[in-house]
Amino acid sequence: MTHHPMGSAEPLLAVRDLRVTFQRHGEKAFRAVDGVSFDVRPGQTVGLVGESGCGKSVTSLAIMGLLPKRGNRVEGTAIFDGEDLLSLSPSAMRDRRGADIAMIFQDPLSSLNPVVTIGRQVTEVMERHQGLSRKDATPKAAELLERVGIPDPRARLINYPHQLSGGMRQRALIAMALACNPRLLIADEPTTALDVTIQAQILALLKELVVDTGTALVMITHDLGVVAGLCDEVNVLYGGKIVERGGRHGLFQRPRHPYTVGLLNSIPRLDAPRGEKLSPVPGSVADNLPWDSACAFAPRCPNVLDVCTQEQPGWDGDQVVGYRCFNPMGGPR
Amino acid sequence: MLRFVVRRLLQMCMVVVVLSMLVFVWLRSLPGGPVSAILGERQTPQRRAALEAALGLDQPLPVQYLKFMERAIQGNFGVSTKVLPGEDALDVFLSRLPATIELSLLALFLAITLGIPLGYLAARRQGSVTDTTAVIFSLVGVAVPVFFTAFLLKYFFAVEWNLLPVSGRQTTGLDATRVTGMFVLDGVLTREWDAAWDAVKHLILPAVALATIPFAVIFRITRASVLDVLDEDYVRTAEAKGLTAQVIRGRHVLRNAMLPVVTTVGLQVGGLLAGAVLTETVFSYRGVGDALATAFREKDYPVLQVLILAAAVIYVLVNLLVDIAYAVIDPRIRTR
Repeated sequence: MTHHPMGSAEPLLAVRDLRVTFQRHGEKAFRAVDGVSFDVRPGQTVGLVGESGCGKSVTSLAIMGLLPKRGNRVEGTAIFDGEDLLSLSPSAMRDRRGADIAMIFQDPLSSLNPVVTIGRQVTEVMERHQGLSRKDATPKAAELLERVGIPDPRARLINYPHQLSGGMRQRALIAMALACNPRLLIADEPTTALDVTIQAQILALLKELVVDTGTALVMITHDLGVVAGLCDEVNVLYGGKIVERGGRHGLFQRPRHPYTVGLLNSIPRLDAPRGEKLSPVPGSVADNLPWDSACAFAPRCPNVLDVCTQEQPGWDGDQVVGYRCFNPMGGPR
Repeated sequence: MLRFVVRRLLQMCMVVVVLSMLVFVWLRSLPGGPVSAILGERQTPQRRAALEAALGLDQPLPVQYLKFMERAIQGNFGVSTKVLPGEDALDVFLSRLPATIELSLLALFLAITLGIPLGYLAARRQGSVTDTTAVIFSLVGVAVPVFFTAFLLKYFFAVEWNLLPVSGRQTTGLDATRVTGMFVLDGVLTREWDAAWDAVKHLILPAVALATIPFAVIFRITRASVLDVLDEDYVRTAEAKGLTAQVIRGRHVLRNAMLPVVTTVGLQVGGLLAGAVLTETVFSYRGVGDALATAFREKDYPVLQVLILAAAVIYVLVNLLVDIAYAVIDPRIRTR
């Protein structure tokens, strides 16, 4: 672990062998997350990257204890500050959520309660976790809104979500998440529903806040551009498993897993010649093979070998860098 | 907000004018007509023509309507011919109104206080025995006609088990002071507790019968609405904030889930007016519904006009209140 910038620090969150199985009545069980392990160190930003359905959001909801009890089985451990979040009682988990671990969601309009003022939605977190009265929490809420770059914060306190722009709504959600100075912030596609210029502003804000407060950040995204600008460490998920992990520089400069390469190639580049077509990853997640006896990515993989459809590839690496592939780009190391 | 209310009030006036035209034309297109109602079917054409002229019925319909409206604005709707012969038609309505208000309010109260909590509970326990039982009961509530429910209640609770009075609003011979005409309220105001209790006992069965349909509808809408809201992203946000179950339930789930319920309650008031006709008839409960049924049967045109117009005005008014309530709880309507 010598090559990791913060390799020495104890992990704040250590997820080990996380498995989430959806079991709907009368349907075949589906394993959405299949043995995911990763660490998040204090102050570190870790990316979970992959296309829709790869299990990245389910991973975050499982850690937060926000998956519905019915129809979902969660196994494994998520050690946060010495406690396994996955075996905490619902009420103990309720005490952690919003206080020690906070979360930002994808669509800021639907994630805000339309009939409650912005101010109330910020103060209610502080009332709950810091025991403040509404009166004492209100000036703090205004400060928070100011800190996330909302102009005229006092006036905004009495506004309702529909009176704010998309970017302002996401800033308000971030303010709610940061209200109790959490040590871990999970951001699930926080910029996907916003337009490009606003995306850049929100990412810059998150980066600034993470640096200022020392909050660790788990960034869930399908957008490698977001990862490149923000994350110290990147985990690429495919079919519920981590298929490659690395530092941001290593991963972008020398990707090993063909899926990572495919993701990188599918990003439009400004320096590409005009008229050049984008190269998407062929096929879709519907083509996946079961991990038990194959590599799930094999049907879509340009480097596929016979062994890929016969055996499950093991993890080649450690908790900091590694990949899961029989025939990685650039040959085995 | 004030502009909103004023605008809705103006719209309401127009609705009432159009309604009055419809009621007027409709009543005059009924077979028979006031002349036959007063004179009977077998009369000489001369006598019929004379009465028509005396009543102004020989004039064109628009002229009749304008005259009717002119008098109506002054509160003169004519004199009852059959329900309470000789009485002012408007007075017939006003004297019956408190009884129906009392009955409808209790029915609505029962429907809301049972329908909303049960709807919430059923949604939270979707698929459970509680949920399934409640859904089946609400289906029965919607499907069974009010008069049948009323007969069943009357048969078992009043006749078979003798627990509650069979009909009427008050035990005959009970000497109670009248203040508002709402017997329960009167009893409370004058501290004549025995009279109040007597009135409550007379109210229970009709109110339960009248409440079945609004209860079932409110229950189902609440259940569906809570199920929708529980799936909303902002409920997940509230959970992610670690808020207590009570705050999530009250501020985040119920406040949003109540929006469609409020609209439904307004629409159910229309159903209550219709239900009151049947319920009051079955229980010989002397209210507006009973008067309307009698007026129809006996072709008491002045009373019919008052009652139908009044029902329309009440319905429109209640829906204005619903719109205002909606604006109060939903800021997206109040602020733009």
